[in-house]
Amino acid sequence: MLDLVGQPLTWTHTLIFAAYGVLLLLIILGFVTYAIYFERKVIGWMQGRYGPNRTGPFGLLQTVADVFKLLIKEDTIPRKADRPLFILAPVITFIPSFVVVATIPFTANLIHADLNVGLLYYVALSGISTIGMILGGWASNNKYALLGGMRSAAQMISYEVPLVISVIGVIMMTGTLNLHKIVEAQGDNFWNWNFLPQIVGFIVFMIAGVSELNRTPFDLPEAESELVAGYHVEYSGFRFAFFMLAEYVYVFAIASLTTVLFLGGWHAPFALLAFIPGIVWFLLKFSIIVFFFFWIRATMPRIRIDQLMGLGWKVLLPLALLNIFITAIYMGITA
Amino acid sequence: MYTVKYLIVAIFVALGVLLPIAALTIGRWLRPNKPTEDKATTYESGNEPIGEGQIRFNIRYYLYALMFVIFDVETVFLYPWAVAYNQLGLFALVEMCIFIVLLGVGLLYAWKKKVLQWTSI
Repeated sequence: MLDLVGQPLTWTHTLIFAAYGVLLLLIILGFVTYAIYFERKVIGWMQGRYGPNRTGPFGLLQTVADVFKLLIKEDTIPRKADRPLFILAPVITFIPSFVVVATIPFTANLIHADLNVGLLYYVALSGISTIGMILGGWASNNKYALLGGMRSAAQMISYEVPLVISVIGVIMMTGTLNLHKIVEAQGDNFWNWNFLPQIVGFIVFMIAGVSELNRTPFDLPEAESELVAGYHVEYSGFRFAFFMLAEYVYVFAIASLTTVLFLGGWHAPFALLAFIPGIVWFLLKFSIIVFFFFWIRATMPRIRIDQLMGLGWKVLLPLALLNIFITAIYMGITA
Repeated sequence: MYTVKYLIVAIFVALGVLLPIAALTIGRWLRPNKPTEDKATTYESGNEPIGEGQIRFNIRYYLYALMFVIFDVETVFLYPWAVAYNQLGLFALVEMCIFIVLLGVGLLYAWKKKVLQWTSI
């Protein structure tokens, strides 16, 4: 299927790509629906509760009902709000979260935008969502929303720096930004994957990734007990849903990116297991990372804002910079 | 080649724009619309809002934004270097060392000036 991308452009191809885009969008929406269900279920079990179990068998329709509820809620926009920006903000937050998925290679042959600047494209676009959050906070003309938006922006930009620098080790080892080639460079055994030689980069990437997702223990922008809800306090109905959707689509995107960059993408952990299709391995690794995000949410308390900024700038950034030199030395020894 | 790759990106952008428009339009057909004066007031924990919503906020956010710009420009320089690292060899590594050390000095300066410490102002 990948050779479609290499062929000249025809209308048929365009339609196939469009159909693939729609399919992926539906898959992502399905993922988000059931990721929310499993998050509540898993955290429920970890805390000795049942989790949602009333709507549908085993509560499986709980999120569907929640989405429908949001759809039929009245949409209120405060009189003092900056109307155009208020309407635009959730859309600006959502679009990049979906567009970054275009470049993720799920298997060796599935269609994806095989960009030469794939990683840079991901990093650059995911930064745009911050603008949507600040806009939402500012346009609401609400004190809590403004403070939440500012906190969000400060946190996102502070953790974007270590996130972006921690992957440089991977780029150095593979010599490309193309995500497909990065996966190909990792072998069919788990000791050939990037997370072992890049262990420092991997840990920094995971911590900064959780923070970029605004999830516990770094969920200060939405700290319910401190800021009501943060930047989206004035949003209701489906406009609010798009902020939440963007957040969970980023869970999908970051988990996919981690799999691609550090965990060998579609490769099997042992060469003799390579007969099992790549998509199975990809989904398995992907699910483990998503579970990890849920797990730390159930385990860790929220950290304070001064600890948050201290961790980002004083620990993660120097570590990420150090990782570049460790990688350079490692490559010098092994080459 | 490039057209096809970026065509996929363009399709994804179009779908990303289309989904909010479609969802909000369907929502408009389904949801009630009974605006009252009270619903349109700004939320402030159930009290009457006092003063403007766009209050003055901590100067620190600007300092973090400045730091971000500096280090983000650094990454713009680091990315092409990392891609070409294998061909460039030792000279480029030493050059990059000097660059990162200079920025590291800047980070240390900000650290000593307590820019990174939340409670210093």
